[in-house]
Amino acid sequence: MQALEYAMKKTMYEKIWDSHLVVDAAGQAPLLYVDRHLMHEVTSPQAFEGLRLSGRKVRNPHSILATMDHCVPTKNRDLPIADPIAKKQIETMAENCRVNGLKLYDMTDPNNGVIHVVVPEHGFVHPGMVVVCGDSHTATHGAFGALAFGIGTSEVEHVMATQTLPQKKSKTMQVVVNGSLSKYASAKDIALAITGKIGTAGGTGYVIEYTGSAIRDLSMEGRMTLCNMAIEAGARAGLVAPDEKTYEYLKGREFAPSGQYWDQALAYWKSLPSDEGAEFDATVTLDAADIAPQVSWGTSPEQVVGVDGVVPAPDSFSDEIKRKACESALAYMGLTANTKITDIPVDLVFIGSCTNGRIEDFRIAADVAKGTQVAPGVTAIAVPGSYHVKKQAEQEGLDKIFIEAGWEWRDPGCSMCLAMNGDELTKGQRSASTSNRNFEGRQGKGGRTHLVSPAMAAAAAAAGHFVDIRKL
Amino acid sequence: MEPYKKHESIAALMNRSNVDTDQIIPKQFLKKVERSGFGQHLFHDWRFNDDGSDNPEFELNKPAFKGAKILVAGDNFGCGSSREHAPWAIADYGFNTIISTSYADIFYNNCFKNGILAIKVDKAQLDKLMAEIAANEGVRFVVDLENQQVTTPGGNGFHFEIDPFRKGNLLSGLDDIGLTLKHVDKITEYEQQHKQNFPWLWA
Repeated sequence: MQALEYAMKKTMYEKIWDSHLVVDAAGQAPLLYVDRHLMHEVTSPQAFEGLRLSGRKVRNPHSILATMDHCVPTKNRDLPIADPIAKKQIETMAENCRVNGLKLYDMTDPNNGVIHVVVPEHGFVHPGMVVVCGDSHTATHGAFGALAFGIGTSEVEHVMATQTLPQKKSKTMQVVVNGSLSKYASAKDIALAITGKIGTAGGTGYVIEYTGSAIRDLSMEGRMTLCNMAIEAGARAGLVAPDEKTYEYLKGREFAPSGQYWDQALAYWKSLPSDEGAEFDATVTLDAADIAPQVSWGTSPEQVVGVDGVVPAPDSFSDEIKRKACESALAYMGLTANTKITDIPVDLVFIGSCTNGRIEDFRIAADVAKGTQVAPGVTAIAVPGSYHVKKQAEQEGLDKIFIEAGWEWRDPGCSMCLAMNGDELTKGQRSASTSNRNFEGRQGKGGRTHLVSPAMAAAAAAAGHFVDIRKL
Repeated sequence: MEPYKKHESIAALMNRSNVDTDQIIPKQFLKKVERSGFGQHLFHDWRFNDDGSDNPEFELNKPAFKGAKILVAGDNFGCGSSREHAPWAIADYGFNTIISTSYADIFYNNCFKNGILAIKVDKAQLDKLMAEIAANEGVRFVVDLENQQVTTPGGNGFHFEIDPFRKGNLLSGLDDIGLTLKHVDKITEYEQQHKQNFPWLWA
């Protein structure tokens, strides 16, 4: 009897998986039902084309919410898009949404912004859902206790046509972060520290569930930042169990359940957290108190170090592959081993993206930027994740703080996170960036990216180099 | 999708780990609304000099690797962005097979949707294959998906494991969506139940 009870204990991932299994036939990948399908202009046009060519229709248009974010300019939005190819992509998105009857927050819509910022603002994702998007940072929505993951364009087409996706069941990894973060560390630092610890392939094949007191302490915005970067550790998705903060956040939002349905939904959501004693395939533990503000020094998100550290030497890695990766990263980044992180100068500072483009991020950054001046020779841009974030920040006077400190205050978009819209680094330029990837060329060919939290970015803008914000 | 057939081809060597999809196809080429024509931009930032000429230092520019259909690469190939433009570029360039120890999840799925066989081998096996290519650039391997077998002139052949569903789809060139739609009744049935269980999602 005890054994049976034990066997029935499920992780949150297993609960969501089981409740969304449509077909599990021999010789075929299990088919998982998809509740919500998010879209942007870059990874969808070929899927719509495929649908059109095969004469298929969108099965459930109401499951889809689309925005334009990757290609859109973050300034002079009233002018036509200068890049004709980007313009065509934007127009194609609008046309595809019109023809198929899909809800789209286009460039001029007051709800427009980065898909993973916009979707939670409207309460479109709830605990227990299966959520997909042709975008690896879909993992963001795991913050609500939804199984949310990125898919390719063929899969976008598959979901549109069938509302399901053939999936292989993932293994489960629990990442426990206990203790309390220091005042100067944030969800971003937890995310970078985890990637540094387990590596960019450490989570491959797994869905991560983040647990522990430091995770409970995070705001919904912080949980979104954390889950957003689950993919940087190679995981299929990241999850945080829903709690009062989740319910409070969702209540009253446009697509959240209301009236008679609220209590019904709440009862369901409360059944979702992993059962006490449920088994995970792997467990990783961190102590939040040990997490210093992080700075990436290389060309992979696992190449990170605390701000009080130094750029590592290739010889410090016993693993041959890591040693080689360090060598090539140092060459690309124009860094010398053993340089203090706080001695690295920056040319450009970017605050924004689906990782750190929410109101909390701008509040924290403004708090650091207040009364400072952007260092000579440094360009600093603040790009809100959505028009709602922008408006909220302006109501709180944050825009004035940034502008008075010499920052540019832009319109929303992915902007310098992947530099598709013309906001980019030139060869050899070095950034402090609140985005999620420091791959070679990510922010412009030859550009050098250091990933940091919003507070660290704001401090670097004023100093012209990285600063240990604990010492400010 | 073209059915995957047994073939003998040049195996190109890319001895790098954590090759990310931003490198495979840089962002400036993601604005197209078509699926075709990405091969010319494959590995753009590594492959070309600033003036647009070929970078002779880049491994795939070696004359011995021209026309290769097999790419042998380091650990965790295809990490990062979900962009399917990456496998589109790889396939359009001419590769239909990748051999590595590991792949990022989304990239791995995307490969099979585009007729690319992504083979997983252990580290020791990968090292042997890499050594054979390094010692004899232009060497041709035989890939037999039906029998899950790779053979090499240097005697480093091996049997590989693959999910039978993925294998079947590659061999037949079958459309995934068509296969799923065979279960359309079950999907409809599930949706009816879903509406009862979660009425607020349909309100």
